[in-house]
Amino acid sequence: MWKFSLRRIITMIPQIILLSIVVFILAKMMPGDALTGLIDPNIDPSTIEEKREALGLNDPWYEQYANWISGVLHGDLGQSFKFKMPVSELVWQRLVNTFWLSVLTLIITYLIAVPLGITSGRFHDTWADRIITGYTYIGFAAPLFIFALVMLWIFGFYLDWFPTGGSVKPGIEPGTLDYFMSKVYHMLLPALSMALISTVSTVQYLRSEIIDTKQKDFILTARAKGASESRVYNRHILRNSLLPIAAFFGYEISGLIGGSIFIENIFGYPGMGQLFLNSILLRDYSVVTALVLLFGIFTILGSLLSDIVLSIVDPRIRIK
Amino acid sequence: MEEKVQLDKNIVTTKDAPKSPPGWKIVWREIVRDKVAFISLIFLVLLIVSVYGVSFFLDQEEIVKVDLFSIHQPPSEEFLLGTDYGGRDVFGQLIIGTRNSLSIGILVTLMTGVIGIIYGLIAGYFGGTIDNIMMRIVDFFMVLPFVMIVIVFVAIVPKYSILSFSLIMTAFLWMGKARLIRSKALQEKELDYVQASKTLGSSNLKIIFTQVLPNLSSIIIVSMTLNLAANIGLESGLSFLGFGFPESTPSLGTLVSYARNPQTLEFRWWIWVPASLLILVLMLSINNVGQALKRATDAKQRRG
Repeated sequence: MWKFSLRRIITMIPQIILLSIVVFILAKMMPGDALTGLIDPNIDPSTIEEKREALGLNDPWYEQYANWISGVLHGDLGQSFKFKMPVSELVWQRLVNTFWLSVLTLIITYLIAVPLGITSGRFHDTWADRIITGYTYIGFAAPLFIFALVMLWIFGFYLDWFPTGGSVKPGIEPGTLDYFMSKVYHMLLPALSMALISTVSTVQYLRSEIIDTKQKDFILTARAKGASESRVYNRHILRNSLLPIAAFFGYEISGLIGGSIFIENIFGYPGMGQLFLNSILLRDYSVVTALVLLFGIFTILGSLLSDIVLSIVDPRIRIK
Repeated sequence: MEEKVQLDKNIVTTKDAPKSPPGWKIVWREIVRDKVAFISLIFLVLLIVSVYGVSFFLDQEEIVKVDLFSIHQPPSEEFLLGTDYGGRDVFGQLIIGTRNSLSIGILVTLMTGVIGIIYGLIAGYFGGTIDNIMMRIVDFFMVLPFVMIVIVFVAIVPKYSILSFSLIMTAFLWMGKARLIRSKALQEKELDYVQASKTLGSSNLKIIFTQVLPNLSSIIIVSMTLNLAANIGLESGLSFLGFGFPESTPSLGTLVSYARNPQTLEFRWWIWVPASLLILVLMLSINNVGQALKRATDAKQRRG
């Protein structure tokens, strides 16, 4: 296991370096640099030139890259052009919001996927299975943004069960129970909308995995020994099928990131996805660069985590 | 002498064996047998013919022209599906939007297909170090956050147009196809016919494109059909966020994006519901046909 994990971590390092180079090139392609927004346009051009020199903006690209990357490693993501504050401060609050939204989404995803997948796999070709497969079929085809809009329309506006924007009711003291409840209440509809779509692939996986395992010889052996039906399922089949699913959460992260851009935009939830779109529209490119880098790193770390957990859960993966 | 007789016998028996039906016949039987897929196919054909046919008579310039005297009108005889915030006819935008979404979906699917197939074939056929390096590049592209990167490119590309939009999408979508084709090509190159061709002195290029490629055609067609549905979804999603087509070229996603205004979402269903339904039905039907094709290529799963 250690050998596999170590090898996996080593292959991750060039990915992160490449990602940082790509993000750096993107940042260079974007109009504006660290001086934009800091200076008054009436200043003498020669003063600007001096400042550029002082900030190292005229250095060759590899020196600029080295400067930038050492800043990032020290937690300095630059200054926002628009808000005149460090990007890291701007990002932090949003990051916390998106983090909790993603956690709730993942919880709901598994809460839906496990019972549906098990029912569908255990009683396959019954009416219950047909309904569940029908749901996965439509969920697979339905784009997230349309589904989220319909959810917002029905539950937010028509039935008026859920708030239609924001992350917390204004005027509540932070730290109280009310505050916490209001946060969860605001996250529930966005998280549910995203989970109902993202759970579909897990349900499909679980179903086919159970149907596959059901026909294996060791299940026949277990039955022959006289194990009860529930023991066969809980002890033999689910053990083989459920554990890999538990490890999938890391791969889900890239989906969650893509989804959060749509979901946060539709539900007006102040997270990183919304900050990203707003920064693009405001042409606040230093924030955009930082967000792309952060999201990329999260995706890489997520798949690393899943690979390692999977290798612990399922030794067959390690052998290769 | 005896051996020769044996050989002749073999030839005779193969001649007598029932011929397996041609590929298109299997596909057709599979689609007809699956009612849902059959209906989907008919729906798709009708939709494509009518959308391209009707849009031929519609003037895009005329439809996207702002008319301040007829803002937000509900459906009526003059405007079958009412008008949007610029007083533009929603029905006309729906037709043109479907055409634009379909066209870009097909374009992106073809471009990613060509790149992915060539890349995957080369990596899989040659294997070894070449394969290793090429797949590390694919791995890297796979970890890029797709939606974000595309939005960034759309925002910073100067002289943004439909062509540059489809090129940007293609640049970050070819990896899935490359991976699939590579894994199939890896299996294929171990087969006897490839070895035989090599022994006869055929060049690698000839083997790849005239022998391995045709053998993978069924997988390619299936995966491209499924990709088409996904690409239409992606395009409409990006247009929904405002980073797809410019507003002067309506797409289905542009129409849905008007629902980001809560007033429109709540009270003016005619603007966004038809487009949403159309995206959903379009993606479902393409998926249905794709699944039927998938079954046709795999004898174990066939229903017909």
